Amino acid sequence: MCDQTFLVNVFGSCDKCFKQRALRPVFKKSQQLSYCSPCAEIMATDGLHENETLASLKSEAESLKGKLEEERAKLHDVELHQVAERVEALGQFVMKTRRTLKGHGNKVLCMDWCKDKRRIVSSSQDGKVIVWDSFTTNKEHAVTMPCTWVMACAYAPSGCAIACGGLDNKCSVYPLTFDKNENMAAKKKSVAMHTNYLSACSFTNSDMQILTASGDGTCALWDVESGQLLQSFHGHGADVLCLDLAPSETGNTFVSGGCDKKAMVWDMRSGQCVQAFETHESDINSVRYYPSGDAFASGSDDATCRLYDLRADREVAIYSKESIIFGASSVDFSLSGRLLFAGYNDYTINVWDVLKGSRVSILFGHENRVSTLRVSPDGTAFCSGSWDHTLRTKNYLFVSLQVWA
Amino acid sequence: MAAGPASHGGLRRAQRPHLSKMERMVVSMQDPDQGVKMRSQRLLITVIPHAVTGNDIMEWLIHKYCITEEEALHLGTLLVRHGYLYPLRDPCHLELRLDETPYRFQTPYFWMSTLWPAAELDYAIYLAKKNIRKRGGLFDHEKEHYDQLHRKISHTWDLVVMQAREQLWAAKQRRKGDRLVIACQEQTYWLVNRPPPGVPSVLEQGPERNSCTAGRVQMPTGPFQTKTVDFYRREVECLRKALGRARVKSSVCLEAYLKFSSQRGPHDPIMSGCLPSNPWVTDNDTYWAMNAPSAAVPTRLRVEQWAFSFRELLEDPVGRAHFMDFLSKEFSAENLSFWEACEELRHGGQAQVPALVDAVYQQFLAPGAARWVNIDSRTMERTLVGLGRPHRHVLDDAQLHIYMLMKKDSYPRFLKSDLYKDLLAEAVVPPKTKRRVFPFMRKPRHSSPSPALLPASASREPSGGDGEA
Repeated sequence: MCDQTFLVNVFGSCDKCFKQRALRPVFKKSQQLSYCSPCAEIMATDGLHENETLASLKSEAESLKGKLEEERAKLHDVELHQVAERVEALGQFVMKTRRTLKGHGNKVLCMDWCKDKRRIVSSSQDGKVIVWDSFTTNKEHAVTMPCTWVMACAYAPSGCAIACGGLDNKCSVYPLTFDKNENMAAKKKSVAMHTNYLSACSFTNSDMQILTASGDGTCALWDVESGQLLQSFHGHGADVLCLDLAPSETGNTFVSGGCDKKAMVWDMRSGQCVQAFETHESDINSVRYYPSGDAFASGSDDATCRLYDLRADREVAIYSKESIIFGASSVDFSLSGRLLFAGYNDYTINVWDVLKGSRVSILFGHENRVSTLRVSPDGTAFCSGSWDHTLRTKNYLFVSLQVWA
Repeated sequence: MAAGPASHGGLRRAQRPHLSKMERMVVSMQDPDQGVKMRSQRLLITVIPHAVTGNDIMEWLIHKYCITEEEALHLGTLLVRHGYLYPLRDPCHLELRLDETPYRFQTPYFWMSTLWPAAELDYAIYLAKKNIRKRGGLFDHEKEHYDQLHRKISHTWDLVVMQAREQLWAAKQRRKGDRLVIACQEQTYWLVNRPPPGVPSVLEQGPERNSCTAGRVQMPTGPFQTKTVDFYRREVECLRKALGRARVKSSVCLEAYLKFSSQRGPHDPIMSGCLPSNPWVTDNDTYWAMNAPSAAVPTRLRVEQWAFSFRELLEDPVGRAHFMDFLSKEFSAENLSFWEACEELRHGGQAQVPALVDAVYQQFLAPGAARWVNIDSRTMERTLVGLGRPHRHVLDDAQLHIYMLMKKDSYPRFLKSDLYKDLLAEAVVPPKTKRRVFPFMRKPRHSSPSPALLPASASREPSGGDGEA
């Protein structure tokens, strides 16, 4: 939230007739809208949607979408690469694999950094969730989930617990313990319950709340201690694949991306969708906020990454190249937001110059699709996980997570 | 091949847009004018037309997409692994060789996007053919599959052998060149659909994504309509609100990125390095020790970052502590304490909400409270009314008011204060680590205590000072 929240909208476009009039706040189904006086009077006597059919709602949605695009285009006076012409081009980039973490026996699906900047948690297809000190490459904890395809995992802000879930439709929280006598699985807490697979999870600012995204098309906010559902977010028309919390001053919003090609920004308090963007041509696999919180990037199966600005309310950049034809599975920004790291299904990692829109570097280091990529909390390195394995002996398979700097 | 295209072909294809892109690429590679140089390839005594070499493919890719050799080789390899190109010699490994090995473009009949189910029966027929043609010519994994299938579908094994014989006989009627090509095509198809052990399958997609769930539920009766009506109604409401949104000009927003990136550039370790050195590169973790959350003397870059935004000052425990000191001198420390208490409420456990709300009220809001905070009357009224039914967001308005107060008033004064200026002056600028003379002597990597080992009390602190190593 910025100072613009203090601007009161007293003159503008009426929410019903779109004419420029003096406006009054009006509440419809406990949501605040701004109507001009004549429309407000009409609303008082209007029946609400009693006779609306599916077809009329659909066509209304389409026409509103068209109008929205027109409105968005009105304030678009310059392109990002034009503005960025003044900026110095980046020099040669050298990033190498500094650590290879071997220990997963199957595809790595997800990973997350701890706030201490060196520990990570990773999850894989065979149900194993491992906590590593990636600086020393030691494994510190390992848990075997009762399900396969653990597609989501997250480290708690305090560093004392991890959350994970996948095809079991649940998100479970495991407190991390070094007590040899305690079985980590024994203290497991089942927090979230969805009706389809869990695709992403994230702790909010504390260990007590978890935000989840699921294949059932919804996101949800849960209280960890009691497992109570605090808020649910409906609006996606298909599986939700990813989410990211906004680094904002009041910490109230998050963005999610799904198979309906939409990226939606939600208000955590009310459960309402605040903004929606639908310019991708295929599933959105990953979303990540720009460090300032004013924009976010998304990576999709249509082989592009896109940057959406929240204040301008539109897509402002596309990062694509004709030679890149495989989908981007995960994206993350460097600390200053100048670089965008994206892992692709063609086993490579492309590094993009966010401002100029050009590709800075391509990194080859994996032998199968890159499934997850996160920059460390202090920006010194990033970690990538993939589906690859290196056949060592006949029966032993190692899978790699790599840390690059 | 036995079966036709899969019934859910339309839906699944949408999930794999890279296949259609590869196909377009391959089609343009076969363009007579702009495509790859094709030549006739001599294999012993047969001549195969329309063959290309690995080098030709690479050159074409480099030229067309302006990419490096490494990337072109990678892209070419992917085309081969997905079965769009096949080698005419030794087609048991799908890789792009840069020698004189001839390649040909796979016939669209066998393309991955046709989504033919590649059934067991077909595979059995193929293996049987191979077995008949070359006695004992099956690879190990193929032999295993053959035995498995023999056991599994032994009741139709006669059909399998009969089909195999028929197909071999039909093939004999063709010219040798055609026969060779068709055999290679088929072999490539099966290498893609039944990869040998150790070779990753390019068919794997992960758990199925159903792109038709939330909005459209397949129920035979009434509920089907209601669910979708709800979905569109919600969408329409969301769109209406979006139309009334206040927007900012693109030029203003984009300029902000430039400013942000240039301001943060020196703070970005990947872009500008970090002092004394990046721990991942030199195996020296001094950088982390110097920038630990509770470091006694913060580094210069860290102190500078507190001036970037109020949020970043508060997010840093050391910065927040100094700001608290400053506020104490100004007798307004209760503002920050109130804000911290509100944060604890908002992000705390559900069960603690009533108790926390009450504690905050007693300490900060009640008339005559020990650390009374100065909120404007309207917000105070609203808050007091809301306290009747405490929930985690009941103090949001009051918290925002105090936050803005600090941000607009105390924060700028803090940045101009002597306290801050002294901090900047005293801040440490670590020297860059000299490059090691003997780089192959690896420094031992220190381990650090896990945050999970710290005593329980430390982990319950509010968001700022959470127990970190």
